[in-house]
Amino acid sequence: MIGTGSASALFRRDMKLAFRRLGESLLPLFFLFTVIVLIPLGVGPGPNLLARMAPGMVWVAALLASLLALEHLFRPDLEDGTLEQWFVGERSVYRRVLARLFSHWLITGLPVILFSPLAAEMLHLPRHALGTLIISLLIGTPALSLLGGLAASLTLSTRGASVLLSILIFPLIVPLVIFATGAVSMAADSLDPSAHLGLLAAFTILSLTLAPIGIAAALRMNLE
Amino acid sequence: MNRLLEAHQLEFHRYGNPVFQPLDIALQAGRAIVLTGPNGVGKTTLLRLLAGILAPVNGTLHHHAPASFVGHLPAVKGDLTCRENLDYERRVGPPGLDLAEALAQVGLAGLGSRPSRALSAGQKRRLGLARLLVRKTPVWLLDEPYASLDDAGCAGVDALINQHLSDGGGVVLATHQRHPRVAPELLDNIVLEAGIVDGGVEETQ
Repeated sequence: MIGTGSASALFRRDMKLAFRRLGESLLPLFFLFTVIVLIPLGVGPGPNLLARMAPGMVWVAALLASLLALEHLFRPDLEDGTLEQWFVGERSVYRRVLARLFSHWLITGLPVILFSPLAAEMLHLPRHALGTLIISLLIGTPALSLLGGLAASLTLSTRGASVLLSILIFPLIVPLVIFATGAVSMAADSLDPSAHLGLLAAFTILSLTLAPIGIAAALRMNLE
Repeated sequence: MNRLLEAHQLEFHRYGNPVFQPLDIALQAGRAIVLTGPNGVGKTTLLRLLAGILAPVNGTLHHHAPASFVGHLPAVKGDLTCRENLDYERRVGPPGLDLAEALAQVGLAGLGSRPSRALSAGQKRRLGLARLLVRKTPVWLLDEPYASLDDAGCAGVDALINQHLSDGGGVVLATHQRHPRVAPELLDNIVLEAGIVDGGVEETQ
């Protein structure tokens, strides 16, 4: 009971803080927009070429948007002492970790999903593949937050954390990007993407089960 | 007597060396335990162990009642107002006093809508202490509660502690500047000594 209350209180406070720093919170979205607009300028506006690249580009942009906010996922809380308060008494750190990751996803994952129909149109993705793109983002972006959170918690008190963080997260997200872009490409070629989406969902469920436990343990290690 | 917190043979190691010898601690309702000793002897470590922030290497720890911890860091979000910071604390714990009353008791009346980043170190400290009031937690774990406070602030902390003890709460506090002004029969002292530390780790830190 207390655990649920503290997780929702944390979520509310995180949202309040995000709105108070609106510019910073919108940065991932600006970033995504920039990538989607600039790449056609760089590679040329040919519809066939862009359509082939669209799934990968949207997904890489989603990934980078998520990475951009990871540096600040736990560090401010470590520095101002609010992180150690998570562990005081017999409260559920697991739920708080989930609440924090959910707010990260709302700021970095959800805007990508909302923006994806426009991005798909700009990149000439066949319209019948749009549904699969959105589903792949819905299933896959939570895993980006979960795995990113794991990397961020492991590197929390390390110097030069952002370099290490990028190296750590890289092998974890390779399968994610392969399954997700595979699904969208198959849908674009009018093939059935459900096998890819199923594997993507399995991947996300696995990270949802294991990552918060690992994050809670890693955070505690950083408080020693 | 009613026990709020019990620790048996509590041990913690840093870089492979024990920070202090195995400790037994029992906090009873209405009593305070004062931890003293020179810098680096493990007072903060012990408090963080009792709070549950650190996991003991050996020994057992039982919380029989919810605890609040006030550490060196104020645990205050600078972008939020004093009131918003306290509102969060109140939602997290079993709710205690209302926000305005808690602010008044720590001497921050009228500053509720000020962003807490605009507070001085002492005021931030007071805001951190207000956490103890907005939550109803019988166990208070205080790490140097008098740090960066003026005389009135220190007297205020003593008043909070006395009130809490008479309400049946318990306090464990670490201090090296000032002893709490509490009736001596309610106080237990634990003196941590540098001599019991093996390996000279504390000297090198």
